[in-house]
Amino acid sequence: MLSYPVVRTSLLFVAIAIGGLFFADIAITASNPWRDLGNFFLGVMTPDFFSTEGLLTALLRTVAFAFVGVALGSVFGFLLSLVYDRLPVRIFSAFIRAIHELFWALIFLQFFGFHPLTGVLAIAIPYAGIFAKVYSEILDEADPSPARTLPPGTGALARFLYTRIPDCWDQIRTYTAYRLECGLRSSAILGFVGLPTLGFYLESSFSQGSYSEAGAMLVLFYVLIATIPLWVRPRLLPVYLAGAPFFLGEGLPIVWGNVARFFTEDIVPAPIRSGEGIEALGSWFGELMLQAALPGIWNTLILTQIALVATGILTLLVFPLISNHFGGPVRRTAGHVFLVIARSTPEYILAYILLQLWGPSMLPAVVALALHNGGIIGHLIGRQTNGIRLRPDAPVGFRRYSWELVPRIYRSFLAFLFYRWEIIMRETAILGILGIYTLGFYVDSAIQNIQFDKAIVLIVITALLNIGIDTLGRFIRRRLALQTMPTC
Amino acid sequence: MAGFELRDLSASFAGKRVIGPLSLTVWEGEKVALVGKSGAGKSTLVNLIHQQLDQQTSLVPQELGLVNALPVFHNVFMGQLDQHPAWYATLTLIRPFARDREAIRSLLADLDMAEKLWTPSMSLSGGQRQRVAIARAIWRNASILLADEPVSALDGPMAHRVMQLLVAKFGTSVIALHDVELALRYCNRIVGIQDGHVALDEPSERLQASDIMTLY
Repeated sequence: MLSYPVVRTSLLFVAIAIGGLFFADIAITASNPWRDLGNFFLGVMTPDFFSTEGLLTALLRTVAFAFVGVALGSVFGFLLSLVYDRLPVRIFSAFIRAIHELFWALIFLQFFGFHPLTGVLAIAIPYAGIFAKVYSEILDEADPSPARTLPPGTGALARFLYTRIPDCWDQIRTYTAYRLECGLRSSAILGFVGLPTLGFYLESSFSQGSYSEAGAMLVLFYVLIATIPLWVRPRLLPVYLAGAPFFLGEGLPIVWGNVARFFTEDIVPAPIRSGEGIEALGSWFGELMLQAALPGIWNTLILTQIALVATGILTLLVFPLISNHFGGPVRRTAGHVFLVIARSTPEYILAYILLQLWGPSMLPAVVALALHNGGIIGHLIGRQTNGIRLRPDAPVGFRRYSWELVPRIYRSFLAFLFYRWEIIMRETAILGILGIYTLGFYVDSAIQNIQFDKAIVLIVITALLNIGIDTLGRFIRRRLALQTMPTC
Repeated sequence: MAGFELRDLSASFAGKRVIGPLSLTVWEGEKVALVGKSGAGKSTLVNLIHQQLDQQTSLVPQELGLVNALPVFHNVFMGQLDQHPAWYATLTLIRPFARDREAIRSLLADLDMAEKLWTPSMSLSGGQRQRVAIARAIWRNASILLADEPVSALDGPMAHRVMQLLVAKFGTSVIALHDVELALRYCNRIVGIQDGHVALDEPSERLQASDIMTLY
């Protein structure tokens, strides 16, 4: 077994995660966590749909922000994908997608304030970066031979529309629809920084202990996501897209003076602003690194590695729930419901709920990340096992699991896991806003202290860390010859 | 430009020369059949000529080059994509103009494909796909036809019908054919390719099938 590179890589990652556990702050600090958890589940079971009239507005705003943000992101992402073969475009796209939606929202909040533009751009910008990459990969795979038969005088636009787009159209459409689902999750969590989407109302119901109200919001959100195939129809899309901008809410007007001040003063490092020279800048940067960046990076890395391995373990545990090699239709249906809930709940919301119930530590974050990501990969792997035909006399039960199925799906399981490595890290950083000491915590504190210069430097550091992990993940997948389709 | 003269053509794959050096002069009105066993370099030669003539030819490549997701109409229409402004081409993608619809329908009728006008080329059979590529080459309306095994997937009568149509529509043509009988019947000059070189170059009337078989 140890001679397989795949196994050795897995064991190495498990060892790193176990090592990380010694440094991680894993604890339940709430005085009565299980009673709170019980109350919360009771709330979800007895949702109260009529407590506030804000509920429907929140859902409407969540959908509107998702539509406008994803639509803008896909248009700009598409334009970027056309020139994606140029290095500066690649770097630019990698950079804007390495910064989480919530960080973008925090930045725009500082100068646009609570204007709808803040939420729209917070989704559109990172999504444009992701769309650019995936669209360009799809376009690159189009069959090149039709273009060779065209008359040489054919214009670039006609050439592109006739020989590239038709081949890719189905894939582009499927992927964009899939990103819309991701967009709904992103839009919901933007409420946690004060935009008028679901997260805002969820946070306020939670802080008042109205679990039935919070439960109603979560239930409606699941229904919204599960019914996407019913209400997102090609014929209705133009109606939604035309209507969505009118349902973003009024917000507060933009003060353009703030915008100018943000770029010319706020984000300029303090020593330069006050003209203290290069030396002061050096010590300012050194202090920032020592007191915020390094501890943030350390905690982010530890939490990421633990969450990654926890995700892997959970995936291997849950994929049999929906695999038709095990259990009857009842258990499979229950498994599907569990996985849909696990993957539809944004990890940020999961982490928020668990933090409220268990008190602040890394544990809620690990569980939230593992549940959400394990739900996504478990679903994909479980579906994949349904395509496997076993010999009629294959063993059943645990032997079927360990001898027949896991060896067959292990490579694609690892491929998905390494693909999500960078996504897990991006989320880990952002969970800091909830009070775990990852990079997001230090960004949020800098913003609270009105030190935008420091916040921007920390966000850039976070982005570079993400790009580094993304590159490393791609390197490992290439080394192990693992292939995968994009997930969000 | 109706004839052409190419000197010292050569091509290599992975450091190994597969064509040439080879020179070929084709006069206006000549219908040249390229014959030879598979692997002799016919397809490479067809592609080379296509490049050398700056793509100013009607091409039927062996892999056909159809856009699978588009209907037959658009695959044929693509032959004249350079004749229309961008807005016209874009509108045609959404809703073709009646003029083009009728013209392409009647062209397809000659190939017994008129009823397939709106079928996505993905769901066509091999022979039907080949006829779409041929219709595109005819619609392209260049003065020279370059075709690589254009009737390999067609049954006997249809193959004859298509070959007749091709020699009638194009004054000058270079067609790679493995069927010696078709070559002798529809072409007036036979060029035999062996190991990337011209091993035979005679008018058809001076040759019999057995003369060509020595190449195989």
